[in-house]
Amino acid sequence: MDRIPILRMGKFLLVTIQIDLYDRLATNLESDLVQMVNKTEAKGVLIDISALSIVDSFMGRILGNIGSMSKIMDAETVVVGMQPAVAITLIELGLELKGVHTALNVEKGMELLKEKIASDEEPPDETDEDSTE
Amino acid sequence: MKLMKIVLSKDSMKIEREQDVVPFRGRVKEYAVKIGMSLVNQTKLITAASELVRNMLKYGNGGVVLIEVISEGRDNGIRLTFSDKGPGIADIALAMKDGYSSGKSLGIGLPGTKRLVNEFDIKSTPGQGTTVSIIKWKNG
Repeated sequence: MDRIPILRMGKFLLVTIQIDLYDRLATNLESDLVQMVNKTEAKGVLIDISALSIVDSFMGRILGNIGSMSKIMDAETVVVGMQPAVAITLIELGLELKGVHTALNVEKGMELLKEKIASDEEPPDETDEDSTE
Repeated sequence: MKLMKIVLSKDSMKIEREQDVVPFRGRVKEYAVKIGMSLVNQTKLITAASELVRNMLKYGNGGVVLIEVISEGRDNGIRLTFSDKGPGIADIALAMKDGYSSGKSLGIGLPGTKRLVNEFDIKSTPGQGTTVSIIKWKNG
């Protein structure tokens, strides 16, 4: 069975989708990713879809699912590299890609993930830790 | 004078399994590229085709898609006709309403798909099947 490789990079998981996914491959990716998040305790998932020429409602749902499932497992998901024609089509189709963050490219996506995690992990300075609550 | 739609070429593809979806999208893309359709229009057409072919698999147990290159006046376009022998749709008006879905999809199926193309036509007879036909013009 074909699989989309998931790379681990520090606290993040990286996925680059290089081919148009048929359904089975997409659902495999969904479950593989959630298991990897659990196994590696990843705090972020970055999915590069720059090679995808279309995102239909099925693929949109898969991306949304990955986002929501990862969220429950305490990891943020960012989808990067969407082609402009795909973005135009998604909006006209009525898909909003809820539950995932988006960024223009891998670099910006990584920055976004780092910011998200920094703000999660480092609650305000010790000084106001006692005063709150 | 009313312009006539002329069929320039005809091709058809059987859709029986989920694995047929990606090759089918590839075939549609080939024709769209051949007539010089813009990338945005190609993407809209292929996305619409993908939605309809999935519907056909899910509700109609697959079927046949006719792929035609057509021309009307100066414009060329692609017409896709999806025919299945599934259970049919009892209430088409309801199926075309935004947010309605009988399956477990996002409910954007038919109305969303309609927005992506220039012409959209659906005929269905309960118990006999459904035929959906869409046209995307090269410059539409």
